[in-house]
This record gives sequence, C-alpha cells and structure tokens, in this order.
Amino acid sequence: MIKAVMMMNTQGKPRLAKFYDFLPVEKQQELIRGVFSVLSSRPENVSNFLEIDSLFGPDSRLVYKHYATLYFVLVFDGSENELAMLDLIQVLVETLDKCFSNVCELDIVFNYSKMHTVLDEIVFGGQVLETRSDEIMKAVEEISKLEAASNSISLVPKSVSGWRGGR
Amino acid sequence: MDNLFQRSLEDLIKGFRLQLLGDSSFISRALEEIRREIKATDLSTKSTALHKLSYLAAIHGVDMSWAAFHALEVVSSSRFHHKRIGYQAITQSFHDQTSVLLLITNQLRKDLNSVNEYEVSLALECLSRIGTRDLARDLSPEVFTLLGSSKSFVRKKATGVVLRVFDKYPDAVKVCFKRLVENLETSDPQILSAVVGVFCELASKDPTSCLPLAPEFFKILVDSRNNWVLIKLLKIFSKLASVEPRLGRKVAEPICEHMKRTVAKSLVFECVRTVVSSLSDHEAAVKLAVAKIREFLVEDDPNLKYLGLHALSIAAPKHLWAVLENKEAVVKALSDEDPNVKLEALHLLMAMVTEDNVSEISRILMNYALKSDPLFCNEIIISVLSVCSRNAYEIIVDFDWYVSLLGEMARIPHCQRGEEIEHQLIDIGMRVRDARPQLVRVSWALLIDPALLGNMFLHPILSAASWVSGEYVEFAKNPYELVEALVQPRTDLLPPYIRAIYIHSVFKVLVFCLRSYFSAQESSSGSSSTVYESILNLVNVIEIGVWPLSGAYDVEVQERAKNVLGFIGMAKQDIAKKVNLQDNEAEACRVTAFMEDAFSEELGPISANAREKVCVPDGLELEENLGDLEEICGKFLKPVESDSVSCTDKITFSVSNLRIRDQQEASSSTSLPPKESSSLLAEHRKRHGMYYLTSEKNDPDSNGTPNDYPPANDLASEILLDPLDPKRKAKHRKSRPVVVKLDEGGESRITTSQAKTKQESVTDDESLSRDIQSALLVNKKGKEREKCEGNSNLVVQEEETSRIEKPQNSEKKKKKKKNGERTSGKHRSRRRSEVASSSEQVEIPDLLL
Repeated sequence: MIKAVMMMNTQGKPRLAKFYDFLPVEKQQELIRGVFSVLSSRPENVSNFLEIDSLFGPDSRLVYKHYATLYFVLVFDGSENELAMLDLIQVLVETLDKCFSNVCELDIVFNYSKMHTVLDEIVFGGQVLETRSDEIMKAVEEISKLEAASNSISLVPKSVSGWRGGR
Repeated sequence: MDNLFQRSLEDLIKGFRLQLLGDSSFISRALEEIRREIKATDLSTKSTALHKLSYLAAIHGVDMSWAAFHALEVVSSSRFHHKRIGYQAITQSFHDQTSVLLLITNQLRKDLNSVNEYEVSLALECLSRIGTRDLARDLSPEVFTLLGSSKSFVRKKATGVVLRVFDKYPDAVKVCFKRLVENLETSDPQILSAVVGVFCELASKDPTSCLPLAPEFFKILVDSRNNWVLIKLLKIFSKLASVEPRLGRKVAEPICEHMKRTVAKSLVFECVRTVVSSLSDHEAAVKLAVAKIREFLVEDDPNLKYLGLHALSIAAPKHLWAVLENKEAVVKALSDEDPNVKLEALHLLMAMVTEDNVSEISRILMNYALKSDPLFCNEIIISVLSVCSRNAYEIIVDFDWYVSLLGEMARIPHCQRGEEIEHQLIDIGMRVRDARPQLVRVSWALLIDPALLGNMFLHPILSAASWVSGEYVEFAKNPYELVEALVQPRTDLLPPYIRAIYIHSVFKVLVFCLRSYFSAQESSSGSSSTVYESILNLVNVIEIGVWPLSGAYDVEVQERAKNVLGFIGMAKQDIAKKVNLQDNEAEACRVTAFMEDAFSEELGPISANAREKVCVPDGLELEENLGDLEEICGKFLKPVESDSVSCTDKITFSVSNLRIRDQQEASSSTSLPPKESSSLLAEHRKRHGMYYLTSEKNDPDSNGTPNDYPPANDLASEILLDPLDPKRKAKHRKSRPVVVKLDEGGESRITTSQAKTKQESVTDDESLSRDIQSALLVNKKGKEREKCEGNSNLVVQEEETSRIEKPQNSEKKKKKKKNGERTSGKHRSRRRSEVASSSEQVEIPDLLL
C-alpha cells in the first residue's frame, strides 16, 4: 500500500500532497514539514531510501528522488518493493514530461488539477494500477478532452443560446 | 454570469505567487471570497470556489470540512468538469465522522452505473478512499457488476476498490470473490497486476484464507514475465510459505529460475528477500540468494549496496555464514557516507560478535566512533553495550578488559549514553566479584579527571564511579587520593543528587580507613607516627572539603555533609587520644566497627519479580478494607510515639541505636496496624467514601513492618555458576569469573499481554477470513455442481441447508446473496437470514502435494 505521495521543492514548499489514509490538515502539514527536514539533511550520492517509522507509523518506508529543484517522495509500507517504488517515481516523471514537454517546477505549480489526474491514473486508493506511461497519457488526454468539452458549454448559458437560436 | 468575474484556480495561484501582503492574510482573503462564492446557486461558481478550496486545503493546510455539503451539490452536476472537482474535494476531506456521508450513496450509485467510464472511475476512486461500512454494503452490487465489465479500464479500477470494500464490509466477499478469482486468469497484464496486488494485501492480513488459491498463483509465477506481477506474487508466497512450509519446496525452484534469468534488480531483490525470510531451509536457494547479495554489495550504486546489506541482515539470524563470507564488504560499509548503509553495517557487525572476536570488533568500532558524527557514534556505543550485556554478559570472558572499555567509552567526546554505562558499571560491580579491583581502578581514573565534570552527559557515569569506589574501597590502592578526588572543588558542577552520592562514598572511605587505623592500633603495641599523621591528614582533608557543603541549598547534600562532619567530630577525639590503646570501649571505635559492619553487607542484584516470591503469610487478608479494624482494636492499641528518633545536642550518628529500637518496636507491637493511622483513614473514608476506589490489593497498612521481608541477599543465594565450556582450549586464558544471575521470570508476563493483544486484533480479521474461506468452499462446491448439473439453483439450496445445519453465533445478522441472483442481474433484494455462516475450519485441499 502506498501511504502518501508528495512533491516539494528544495525550500520545503509542497507542490502536491496526497495522503491515502485520512489525516486532518494540520497533521498533513506536520508530516510534510517532517519529511522535508529529514530530506534536506541528506547528502548527495546516498541511497534513496529512508525508514520513517517516527512519522508515518510502524513499517513505513520512504523513497525520494531529487530532480533539479523538486523532491518527489513516495511513502509506502512493507507490501511494496523498494526498487519498484523508485521505478514508479521514474514513471511519474516520464509521464509528466510527456504531458508538459520538458516539465519544470512551474508547470507543476500552475497545473495542479492535471497533476492530480496523472497521479490518479497511476496510484488508485493506495494501490499501483498502471505503470505504462503511454496508457496513462491516453487516459489523461481523454479526461482533459471531456473536461474541455464540459467547460466550453459554460461560456454560453442556455438562456442566451435559447433566445438566439430559438431551439 | 457571475462566474465570469470569479477568480479561477489559476488566478489564485498566480495571485499567491505575486502577492506582497503576506501568506496568511492572502489566504484568509481568498477564504472569505470562497465562502461567499460557494453559497451561490450557480454550479459553475460553486465548483470553482470548491476547486480553490481543495487547493488551499492540500497545499496550505486550510480546513475544508465545512464545505462538505457544497461538495455534494457540486458532484450532483451533470458536467464532467464539476463532477471531477466535487469528487476530488470529497476524497480529500470526507472521513468517517462527516455528517453528510449518507447522502453520497445515491450519487455514487448513479455514477457507478454511468456509461462514461471516466465518471465510473471517479466514483470508484472516491469509494476506495472514503468507503465506510455502509457505503461498502450498499454499493457492493455495483462493484460486483463492474468487476465483470467489458472495459478493462473499468475492471482494473474496480479491482482496486475491492480491497477497501472487503476491508469495511466483509460480507461482500461472498459476492465479489468469485469474480476476483476469475480475473486471475485474465490476459490483460494490468488487471492481473491489480488483482495480484489485492491478493497481496489480503494475504498480509490473513495468509490461511488465501492458501487454497496457491495453485493459481503458482501457475502465474511460472508463466508470467511481468515484473510487477511477479514481485507481488513473491510477496504472497512469502506470507503463504510461513503458514504452509511444504509450499516452500515447490516454490523454491521457480524462484531460483527467476533469479537467474532476470535482469531487473527489483525482481532479484524481491526473490532474494523471499528466499532468506521464508524459504531459509532450502540450502540451494539460499546459496543462490547469498551469491546475488554479494553482487549487490560490490555495486557502486548506493541503493543496491543498502538493499544488499538489508537482505543480509534479514538472513543473519539463521545463516551467519553468509555474513561472515562478506565480512570485508560489511566493514568497508562502516565508513560509507550514507547513514543508512553505516547503520546496517553496524547491525551486521554486531550479529557477528562472539566470545572470541568481541574485543577485536569493539576495538574497530571504538576507532570508528572516535571519527564519526555524534549520531553514529552513539549508535555504535549503544549497540556495543547492548550486545555485550545481553543475557547477563554472557559473551564477555575478560571482564577487566570490558570494564576498561567502559571507561574508554566515557572518554569519547560525543558520548551521550551515560545512563547505560552507569547501569553496567554498577551491575558488573554487583554481579562479578573478581572484576571489582579493575572497576575501582577505572573509577578512580574517571574521578580524578577534572575535565569530565563539565560534561553533563557523563554525570551518570561519574555517579556510578563514585558509588563503586565507595562500595569496594577495600580494593583501592590509595584511598587518600580517592578522597581528594571526591571532594575536589570542581564537583560543584555536579547536580545535587550526584554530590550526595559523592559525599556518601567519602563517608564509606572514611569508615574504612578509620577501621583499619583502629584495628591496627589494637593489634600493634605502638602506633607509628606516620600512620597517625596520614589518618589525621585524611580526616582534615575530608573536613575541609565537606564543611562548605553543610550549608548547601539541597537538603540531601546538606544532611549527608552534616552526618559526615558529625562522625568526624566524634572520631577526631579518639584519634587524638592515642594513649588509650587498649580501651576497646572507645565510642568512636565501636561506632566505626558498627559502621563498617553496616557497609560490609554485600549489595546484590535483585530479580525483577522478587516481590512475587514473597509468600503471603497465612491468615493475612490483603484485600480487605481495614477501616473496620478501628472499632475492634481501638481499645487495645496505643498510639506510637512519634519521637522514636531522639534528638540530642551532640550530633550523633546512632544508626545502630535506631535499628535496635526498631526491632523492639516490631516485637512489641502486634501485626495489626497502629491505631492512629487507621482511625484517620476510617474517618476519611466515611467522609469521602464515594471517591475511594475498590480496595487495592496491596493495602500498605496490612503488611507487617519492613523487617518481615527477607533481605535482598537471600534471593542472591540462587547463584548460578557459569560452567567453563570444556570444549574451549584453555591456553593462557583466565577462567571466566562468576557472574551472579537470577532467574528472571519477568518475560512471561510480557508475552501473555502481547498474546492477549494479538488475540484481540485477530478477531477483527476473523470475520473477513471466515468469509473468504467460506467463499472459497462455495466456489469449489459450486464448480463441482455446475459440472454435474449445470443448475445454479441447486447450489443455493446446498448452501442454505449446509448453513442451517450449523447454527453458529446468531448475533451477527448477515445478508445472504444467492448465486442465482447473478443470472437474474436485476434488482436485488436484501434478505436478512437468522442463520450465520459456518465457522468451521476449511480443509485446505491438498492439491499441490
């Protein structure tokens, strides 16, 4: 089971935080801060795994990857393989790359809902569902099309169109 | 059209980045805006406001539980965009206590039945994150349908939600399990990995219920080449093999095949982990696994190194040879820059420790400790301490060396483990008689070092050192220097309770020296002047050193200082009276003799459950409320004199007098409690009766005086001699000194309470496992029946009769779903049956063996 997915920048500002067990918002912020303090003290060229029983409860492990100014963090328990989780971060980043072409932190900041769409296709209720980035992209594109379609109606409200076209 | 001017989420984010007001004021302004907008009737406005609110809640920690009802309204919209925002808000903020949770059931049902697969997936994800028991119960039919949907996208997500549904509502197992198992045979790899993932979680909770599916898992294990699927399968088999050891034999081969063939490191690692944790009896598999571990250890990639060490530490308890083979890699890893790697290496090194190499390994580790950062340094110290002290120091042969190691540890700059070292110094002193001289030597070295007094982490060690020096002063080479060290002015830096120990040790040293002086006087005819000089010197030094403390702020320090000074005052007169050599009645002489007696009784370790061993005397009621005793015994007892300790003008230290008087009191009074205290108690009870708890077991009034307890030393008579191992070559080795051990039966208490808590958690999962087992049984029966008759109705009757025959705990009312309903596929009615499902153990079919 995956317990949480987090993206934060090197100053500790969260860019995305999703917790798969319910936690009140203060606790969530506390956890984000806790994870950041642990990560910021890690030197370069060390392993990407951490035991964080103190923050997330027994049998919790954390895998993180540092890309430019962002930390991608995945918190999981004993039923997931560590290296597979590392791969999963890779999949996520690749998909984001395909989505935004040369993704950078600003893309993630301004596309909050699209980020969630992508993440929801990969991790579903704490389980890993999809690991092929092209499949994920297909689904994400479909969803964006649907959204765009449903959004475009809102510009012309029914009353106006009715008055004009007299349907 | 008011949402034309509404700020969207993008505007909010942009605004946040450009704002100069300050974060919290910006957020509160935005919140005000949101609260206004969200009350609008127009769904677009509402949904944008909700979207902004979810963003603020996730990223900035703003509470959004007040918007629960608005989220429901947004979700009911027909537009996909709104639905998405609504569902996102719901999954983020709803929890078991949300009051409007009931209202969502219908909306979820509608969306689960929708044609649009993306709406279905939204609803499924919502259910998987917030699903409660009621939601799971009401929506399990829909989930059941979706598990058989033609669109693989939907089936995949439905599989994901099944876990939560099963978790919250175990009865759903009867309905959905069959479909789930069918999905095991699918060719779509993503659905397969989802199903296997669900089984992995189920197996972690209860392996026995998934055991009947082992044949199917085995087939997939052999055939599949998808790494994700294989990893999950390995985890499942690891859990299954621990309950069914015969499974291990069969599975070992395919696992080895995978290990040899695959390139993916994740799969290799998982195979290795499975082999060393659950299949550790299969030599060939273990050898292969250890070879793979070695490959990991020599890699440059820090991740692989860490994982290799981790796997090695899992293998260590049963396969120490694997660790020893890779000893160099482990020692090298101690100096790695990755803290994880260092820690694993340390644990592995500790696992390798035996009697022969303990000094060598400790030497290496001490060197590392001196060079490392404080955190790792303390880790090293604590692990060395815990390994060496395990099982009453079973691993140590040369206690002199170990004691000097303890002293060395105290000198390490970053050492913060003072309490543990203190504990061990005193413990060794009490248990190992032969180590006492060395202990005193090491303590002396610690005490005379003024630099240590400044380090507050080392104060516990100094207190232990001073106690040891005082207690075993007979081994000290030079008591004079010892006393100087104990009264040096820099001891001001110590906290009061440690200074009190210092003063008491000074006292013990003084008594020892005086005693030897007096006994030397008695035996020899004339006293040499040098001895007289030295004893006078000693007494003077002590007096000068302790005198300032008699005005100390702390009462303990003050009292002990005064005691010492009083004793000195009395003793000085007799030292001066050199002439009265034969006068054995000299008070100081007698008193010193008494004191020495008092201090000569050996203190020994006490077993953890010593108290239980004190048997309650016959006829002693420990549970009674003794307030009534007042009326019966009031006439007979007189109140005890409160001035049992007489205060004289001369400060005398008459501990012996006190003791004698205590014994007299004990013999004169009966075993009933003194009248005064019991009457007060009865009065208090009358006035405040309702605040009293039910009578406690160990009512202190009911026990006899402390003298009824056997002194601690009687328990020390259960000395277990440590036999010399005859196989060991006794070259120039000192024989191991005797270590006093007591049978610590305390562990049994801990395990029973653990067992109790285990039982409680098991009953929660019992219902789920029962259902899975019964579902599997029905599956098997159903398959057979369908083969013979092809009529599903008979299966239903079978089930019913079998259940009626076995009436079990009818407190739980369970819904019954008939298999026949699947074929009808229409509106399902709920029926409550009085009969619960059978709870007998499912026979695990011997299909594999």
